[in-house]
Amino acid sequence: MKTEDVIKYLKEYDGRPLKLMEVCGTHTASIFKNGIRSLISPKIKLISGPGCPVCVTPTAYIDRVLDYAAKPDHMVYTFGDMMKVPGKCGSLSDMKGKGINVGMMYSPFEVIEKAAANPEKTYVIAAVGFETTAPIYALAVQEAAKRGIKNLKLVTALKTVIPALSWICENQDDIDGFICPGHVSVIIGSGVYEALAEKYNKPFVVAGFEPEHLLAVIYDIVRQIECGKSDVKNLYKNAVRDEGNAKAIKAINEYFETGEATWRGLGSIPDSGLYLKPQYAEYDGGSRGLDRDMELPKGCSCGSVIVGKLNPNECPMFGKSCTPLHPYGPCMVSAEGACGIWYRSI
Amino acid sequence: MGKIIMAHGAGGKTGAELMSNIFGKHFKNDVLDKMEDAAVLKINGRIAFSTDSFVVTPVEFKGGDIGKLCICGTVNDILMMGAVPKYITCGFILEEGLDIELLDRLVSSMAKTAEAAGVKIVAGDTKVVEGSGGLYINTSGIGVIPEGRNVSAANCKSGDVIILSGTLGDHHACILSARMEIENNIKSDCAVLADITNGLFSAGINVKTMRDVTRGGLGTILNEIAEQSACRIELTETDIPVNDEVRGFADILGLDPLYMGNEGKMIAVVPEKDAERALEIMRATEVGRNAAVIGRVAEGSGTVMITRLGGTRIVDVLYGEGLPRIC
Repeated sequence: MKTEDVIKYLKEYDGRPLKLMEVCGTHTASIFKNGIRSLISPKIKLISGPGCPVCVTPTAYIDRVLDYAAKPDHMVYTFGDMMKVPGKCGSLSDMKGKGINVGMMYSPFEVIEKAAANPEKTYVIAAVGFETTAPIYALAVQEAAKRGIKNLKLVTALKTVIPALSWICENQDDIDGFICPGHVSVIIGSGVYEALAEKYNKPFVVAGFEPEHLLAVIYDIVRQIECGKSDVKNLYKNAVRDEGNAKAIKAINEYFETGEATWRGLGSIPDSGLYLKPQYAEYDGGSRGLDRDMELPKGCSCGSVIVGKLNPNECPMFGKSCTPLHPYGPCMVSAEGACGIWYRSI
Repeated sequence: MGKIIMAHGAGGKTGAELMSNIFGKHFKNDVLDKMEDAAVLKINGRIAFSTDSFVVTPVEFKGGDIGKLCICGTVNDILMMGAVPKYITCGFILEEGLDIELLDRLVSSMAKTAEAAGVKIVAGDTKVVEGSGGLYINTSGIGVIPEGRNVSAANCKSGDVIILSGTLGDHHACILSARMEIENNIKSDCAVLADITNGLFSAGINVKTMRDVTRGGLGTILNEIAEQSACRIELTETDIPVNDEVRGFADILGLDPLYMGNEGKMIAVVPEKDAERALEIMRATEVGRNAAVIGRVAEGSGTVMITRLGGTRIVDVLYGEGLPRIC
C-alpha cells in the first residue's frame, strides 16, 4: 500500500475513537518532527508511554550519583541527557557548573581508559537505559574485569520494557494498541510481545522511525482493531528479528540479573530492573534500593503523563512552573521526554 | 619554537619576542604598524560594530581552525547588517603550555582570512593564564553601512521569500565528530559570506533581513525574526538542504540539523519579485552554491514547517545545549 493511501485512510478514519500508545521516546520525537498527528484523524489519539529511560529515573538515583560527584577523588560520567535531570539538590549539570567532578561521556569505554590512566581516582558511570543500552555496560564491565581495573563503579538504573508494558496493561485498560519500540526490539525481538497480545487482547506492532514506518504501523493497528484482531507484527524487519539479537541478550544475561525497580511516576515494578550479578559486585556503586522519589508538588501530573492518561499540556505545571529551561521533572528535561517534546512542538 | 610560558604575557622582553616573531610577522598594515596605544581610524557615516569570542576545541578542524573562525564570525556579523567590514581587533588569552608553532599557524590563518575578507587587523592584546595549552580569541569589528541600505530582523513582511545559502549542520557535525573521534568526511563550512552579500547589493536586490545561521541553528534564528518582524515563517522541509553524511550523523546522535550550528551559512529575506534573481546570485558564489528557497513569510506568529509527507510541525527555538540523547 502506498503511503498516500495510508495517509488518506487514516485521515478519513471515522470509526470509534482509538488510543494508541507509542512506547518509545524516539517515536514520540519522530511523530512531532514529522507532523504525524496532523496527517491522521483526530479520532486516533497517539499517547506517549514510559519509553524514555531518563524520564522514569527516580530522584533517589540522581541523589546517589550526586553524592559520588561530591566525594574527593571521584569522577562521575554519564550520557548527555542525564546531565540536567534534577535531584534533590540540583542536577549533574549544576554540579559541573560548580567545578565538581562531572563529565559527559560518549561511551563507557572512554571512561575505562581514563580509569586505567588515573588509578588514584574512582570513576563512576551513571548507567541509565533500557535493553538497548544494557549490553554496552555489560561489555564495559567485561573489559574492566579483563584488564583488572579496580577504580570503576557503575550506578545502574537499567530497566526492561516488557514488565512496564504489563504494568500498563494491568492498570490502564483504555489503550487500544501499542506501537512497540524500535531500538529496544532490535535487542529483545518482536516475539516477546506475543504473551502480552494474547493476555490483554491488544495489537502490538514494532515500528521503525521514519514517518512512513510509523504511519504503516498506525494503519496496521487501526485495521487490526477494526477486524477484531490482536496480533503481534514486526514492521521494522530490516532491523528487528523475531528472536532479537542473541549476542546482546547473552551479554545482558551474563552480567545482569533482574530485580524490582522503581519507575518515576509508576512506582515499583517487580523484575523490571537489571542489576549487576553478585560476582561483579565490585563494579556496583550501589544500584539497588533506590526507590525514593521526590515528593511531587501539588498539581504535578508526571505519573499520569508517563502512562499516557494525560497529555503533557494537560498538566497544570506544563509551560508554567515546568519548562525546558527550568524543568521540574525529567519528562521536561530529556530530548525524548514527552513533556519536552510537546513544549517544543505545540 | 617551544611553548607559551607566563613570561610571554608579562610585557617584557619575552612578550616582545612573541609580538615580533608571531603577531608582527603575520599582521602588517599601516594602522597597526604605528604601534600606538590605540588604533586611530577615520570613518564616515553609519557603522556596524560587533564582537564575538571564540573558544572552540579542537582549535584545528577539517575545513578551518580557530584563527579562520574568529575572523569569519565577526566579519559575517557585520556583513549581515548590510555593512562593509573594515577593521578588526583581536584579544588573545593563551594558556601556559600552548605550542608556539600551533599559535603561529593559527595567527597566519587569521591574517590570510582577514586579507581575503578585505579587513585590517588594527589592534590586539595578549594575556597568558595558567592552564593546559589552550587558547581563546575575542575579535571585534567595525563596518561601514553604505547609504540606502536598511537590513534588520524587523523588516520582514507577509509574502517575502526566505533563501538559505547552503546545507545545515556541517560545522556542528565536524566539531562533534572530532571530539568524539568519529572518522568521516564532514568538513566545517567556516567561511566569509561577503561574496553573497556583495553580489546581492550590487545587483540592487532589496535585501530586507539577513542573518548568519550560527549557534542555535536555523530554527532559533527564524523564531527571532518572526518575533522581531511580528510575522509567521512557513518552511518546507524538503527544500532545506542538508548534506547526507551530516543527516546520518545527526540521526545517530538524536540531533536536528535545524538546531545545529554553522559558521558559513546565512539566510536572506527578500521580496518575492527579487527571489529568483537573489537565488541565482547566491548560487553563483562558491559559499552559496547549494542555496535554496526554503520558505516564506506569512501573517501570524512563530515558525512552522510542512514535513516531507505533508504534515505540519511547529519549529521552536533551541532549548539548552542540544546534548546527544542516551538511547
